Amino acid sequence: MSKSEKSNIGWYFLFIVILIYLLIGFFRTEAIGLSLQDTWKIAKSIMPILVLVFVVMVITNYSITPDRTKKYLSKAGGKKRWLIALIGGVISMGPIYMWYPLLKDLKEDGASYGFIATFLYNRAVKLPLLPMMIFYFGWSFTIVLTVVMMIVSIIQGLIIEKMEGKII
Amino acid sequence: MSNKLLLSAKKSGKAIFSLLPILLGIILLIGLVNSLLPESYYLKLFGGNSLVNSLIGGGLGSIFAGSPINSYIIGSKLLELGVGLVAITAFIVAWVTVGLIQLPAESILLGRKFALTRNLLSFIFSIGVALFTVFILNLL
Repeated sequence: MSKSEKSNIGWYFLFIVILIYLLIGFFRTEAIGLSLQDTWKIAKSIMPILVLVFVVMVITNYSITPDRTKKYLSKAGGKKRWLIALIGGVISMGPIYMWYPLLKDLKEDGASYGFIATFLYNRAVKLPLLPMMIFYFGWSFTIVLTVVMMIVSIIQGLIIEKMEGKII
Repeated sequence: MSNKLLLSAKKSGKAIFSLLPILLGIILLIGLVNSLLPESYYLKLFGGNSLVNSLIGGGLGSIFAGSPINSYIIGSKLLELGVGLVAITAFIVAWVTVGLIQLPAESILLGRKFALTRNLLSFIFSIGVALFTVFILNLL
């Protein structure tokens, strides 16, 4: 799939949803009115959070680049490497496929699969999106889930490291 | 420095803009599904015990892809409809940790066995993370 096809996927998706609306509108007009009311309510509640997400994204994009991250990741050794994989995963921005070549490089330079797994798991902790999660699920849920996921990322890394050379 | 900041703002703006059609589509779909399906449908789908519900939530989260924002919106709506927090947590966690769509790319660049093992473990852990997170929240 080309880059332009990929960037258009969202618009295709929206177009299909609008077609579904039109189709259902023929049979259930009242349902469309209710749906649009619900949609507007959700959209209104999201807008201010999206602005905050944008600001945090600008800050992280400004200060974190793949090259800078690689510099720190490649220095990783001993027990400290788990912490470095964890922080590296959390602060890494952008689409996942952007990071696969870097991780492949690290693997060829001697990083373990466990280290890579921990890095990838922590990409799930999205700093710019934390305000959104707090908005929807509250502070305590966000903090507990984030900490649990960070701990589990290291457990997963350790398990995969044990499997390396046997199954993997 | 200001040039770099401008570039970062441009990059972030592009990312947000590319997210908008999907976000709008998801919100429209949620509105539509809400007006067509009765609340009892969701409660029936997630009507089992916490483990079964987290399996369903984790399974659904593994299939879907895209910005986690969408998983938060869907998750919060399900929560409003009375679906348990364990299922929703598994859904949100699997959404971001299991990548069925990225699996081919991950397999090519990092190895098929690694990609399969990592994704399978991530799915299992999505259930464990959900159960443990809700357990801790209940203690607080």
